[in-house]
Amino acid sequence: MGRTILHLLRHNRQFATGVALLAMVAGFSCLSFFSPYPPNDSFVVPPDVPPSWDFPMGTTSRGQDLFWLLSFAIRNTLLFGLVVAVLSRILALLIGLVAGYSGGLVDRALMSLNDTFIVIPLFPILVLFYFVMREHMSWGLLALMMACLGWAYDARLIRSVAMSLRTREFTETGIFSGMSTRQILVEEHLPYVLPIVFSTTMNNINWSIGLEVTLSVLGFTDINTPTIGVLIYWANQHTALVAGIWWWIFFPVLLVVMTFIGLFLLAVSMNEYIDPRSRLGRSGG
Amino acid sequence: MSAPLLEVSDVVRTYAGGVFSRRKTIAVDGVSLRLEAGRPEIFTIVGESGSGKTTLARMILGMVPTSAGTIRFQGTDLATIRGRRARLAFMKQVQPIFQNPFEAFNPMKRVDRYLFVTARRMAGLSADAEIAEATDRALKSVGLSLAEISGRFPHELSGGQLQRVAIARALISKPALLVADEPVSMIDASLRASIVNLLRDLRDRLGVAIIYITHDLATAYYISDRILIMRQGSAVESGDARSVLDNPQHPYSQLLKRSVLSPDVPAVAGARLRPEPEVS
Amino acid sequence: MSEPVLAVSGLRAYYRTSAFGVEREVRAVDDIDLTIEANEIYGLAGESSSGKTTLIKTIANAIQPPLQVFAGSVVFNFHGQRVDIHAAAPRELSAIRWKHLSYIMQGSMNVLNPVRRVRHSFVDFAFRHIGQPMPAFLATVRSHLQRLHLAPDVLEAFPHQLSGGMRQRVTIALATVCRPEFIIADEPTTALDVVVQKGVLAMIHEIQRELGSSILFVTHDMSVHANLADRLGIMYAGRLVEEGRTADVFRAPRHPYTAHLIASLPRLGDSAPKQGLEGAPPNLAQPPPGCRFHPRCPRATEICRRETPPMAWLADGHRAACFHPAAEPAT
Repeated sequence: MGRTILHLLRHNRQFATGVALLAMVAGFSCLSFFSPYPPNDSFVVPPDVPPSWDFPMGTTSRGQDLFWLLSFAIRNTLLFGLVVAVLSRILALLIGLVAGYSGGLVDRALMSLNDTFIVIPLFPILVLFYFVMREHMSWGLLALMMACLGWAYDARLIRSVAMSLRTREFTETGIFSGMSTRQILVEEHLPYVLPIVFSTTMNNINWSIGLEVTLSVLGFTDINTPTIGVLIYWANQHTALVAGIWWWIFFPVLLVVMTFIGLFLLAVSMNEYIDPRSRLGRSGG
Repeated sequence: MSAPLLEVSDVVRTYAGGVFSRRKTIAVDGVSLRLEAGRPEIFTIVGESGSGKTTLARMILGMVPTSAGTIRFQGTDLATIRGRRARLAFMKQVQPIFQNPFEAFNPMKRVDRYLFVTARRMAGLSADAEIAEATDRALKSVGLSLAEISGRFPHELSGGQLQRVAIARALISKPALLVADEPVSMIDASLRASIVNLLRDLRDRLGVAIIYITHDLATAYYISDRILIMRQGSAVESGDARSVLDNPQHPYSQLLKRSVLSPDVPAVAGARLRPEPEVS
Repeated sequence: MSEPVLAVSGLRAYYRTSAFGVEREVRAVDDIDLTIEANEIYGLAGESSSGKTTLIKTIANAIQPPLQVFAGSVVFNFHGQRVDIHAAAPRELSAIRWKHLSYIMQGSMNVLNPVRRVRHSFVDFAFRHIGQPMPAFLATVRSHLQRLHLAPDVLEAFPHQLSGGMRQRVTIALATVCRPEFIIADEPTTALDVVVQKGVLAMIHEIQRELGSSILFVTHDMSVHANLADRLGIMYAGRLVEEGRTADVFRAPRHPYTAHLIASLPRLGDSAPKQGLEGAPPNLAQPPPGCRFHPRCPRATEICRRETPPMAWLADGHRAACFHPAAEPAT
């Protein structure tokens, strides 16, 4: 495992770049634990100071040190993206595997549900959700909501893999060895399904972060917890670009772009490696 | 008189043509056969592609339901086997051997795993030592051993070895009937003889009845006790294997026999390659 | 004595892969010499991982990385025109392919375009070689089909409308319409039913006799070789281990592998017990030292473990690569 990662790092430039970018972003987010200022305090430093030696990323109009604030923001954003991705993977796996393996009525019922969720317009629903929840709105709730909306495409992908696996002979060998359905799904089929899950996780994280930033910039989330989107929201509230406080927008955007590109490169470069066919070829089959 | 081991009565299997088609495909059209208990034999079903032999095998294994007719195993109608416990009890007695050993095992998992699971679920063993012992015994009966197979992946073994492992797995629950669907057609010629000999050996030593499905008349001649020739879903000729193959009565059986190329070099090259007229 | 149509000498072709830290070299074709004369059917027998598929790919120059030719040459002679297949320019290769050198594949659907009528496949492959205007070309194709006992209206059908056997016959007609000097047939009848197989083999035999082409016929089915091939070569683990006239190889095999192979073949009407061969073919990434067959050979001795036996002529037109070949049976 370690050897292959080292090999990937050495020979696959995409993978190396992706890892480097993500490492930088993740490292930066860890700095939030060493921040001298709590994230929500304002006017702790002189406002509107451009980037300099004292303040590497400048300060905001609310008197916050952008450097430390950003470390909190990116940490929250990353966490959010991860939570949504994990929850929606679980849902997608459950529904996809069960539908693909069972076939018949169960499959039809689950796929009708699935298709309904695919066509639901996400953005209006989330905005509606905000207006309904308002005071009770929290990040956890939003993450849960987005996870419930983000599983549908991938469940279908997983279902097709599960369907093709059901007709393969080793599934029948498993049945005649006395394996239960659960055992077959988890032990026989999951290894084939995991590559899809992994690459869609990357996409899903990008998607959820993108949606979160969109909602936050428009103010449809809890604007008291710093995330990248919330940061940009406040910058807009203080008309930062017009006032010439460009660093308030520039650095959050830079960081989120780095995250996106890093995740994308990782997904693309890992794909070839995880593909079961190439894995068999490597192991001497 | 005890119930026969297997009784297939006028079994039919049709497939609907699909949403826009009214046509039905009849894969198996009224086939019957009977295997007696206490007298293990190798019963061969011979046919070309489209003859329905694989569909018939899958019906006997309970993987596909019949459209008409009944299949009784040890007196029990297969259609009445419902629920996990009843199915497990049935599968303990009837086990399959598939054509392609590399497909029959998950290429990403070790092969001994299937043997251990079978020992646990089918033979009802729980202690690790017992499971290892049962597995080793099954492997020895096919000419291998647990030490050789332990920890190996399918691609690390040859086709012949892997097929033996598949047979060993099938034997762990001490089944009364093995249904082997073209077990040697994907194995190299030099390894085929030993697998075919093994099947004969299992009948003699372990008393297992074997339904052997093949398109290869030569191996059929070599090990069968009785034979059934199928064509496009129907049974064309059946009886004692040597008699049927030495002296086929039905025109299709005769055509099959004439079409088999023997591994003997004719005096004039190509002398035996004369095209055959079609048989209706 | 005319030059042979195909002369392979000292051919070595390996697969070299280096992925994710794992280096492998699979020596699929290791030092092969063989010649094929005009107007003969040369059968190439071998089991899985014998290297025969790689050999024909190399002979046809259908080579893609990770497969590489490391040594040796493949030289064709088409009625005086000498072509080194690996040194030829792409233009020359394109002019040769199908006109002088054609192929019959295992799956007919690997050749026929499934979404177009059969006629289009003939146009795609053969039109530019025959050099006639389209109506004359189609007439040529129709008369060719008729000579092969195929109804000319098969040209108007789609491939899926024809049976498997019919499709394979069409593929053979396609491969022979330009009257090539050399045809490579890769397991053309393996996937077919026994009855259909006989018809297709009869067709191949007939067309070969008529055109005078040479055919390199590759299959693992020894019964097919017995009935079709004029000469027979046996491959094992990337090497040619025996070669001779088919009747000689079957009657008096010299190499222990050939002997065992032939003895283990089941025959209709013969229920005497057959002996299987112990062990398995070696992994071509890590072949055993010396003679590659020695781990399974009943006659192996010390020299077999150390040195690779060279191909030696043992009788007229019959050679084998073994330090202890079987003796000539007393006639």
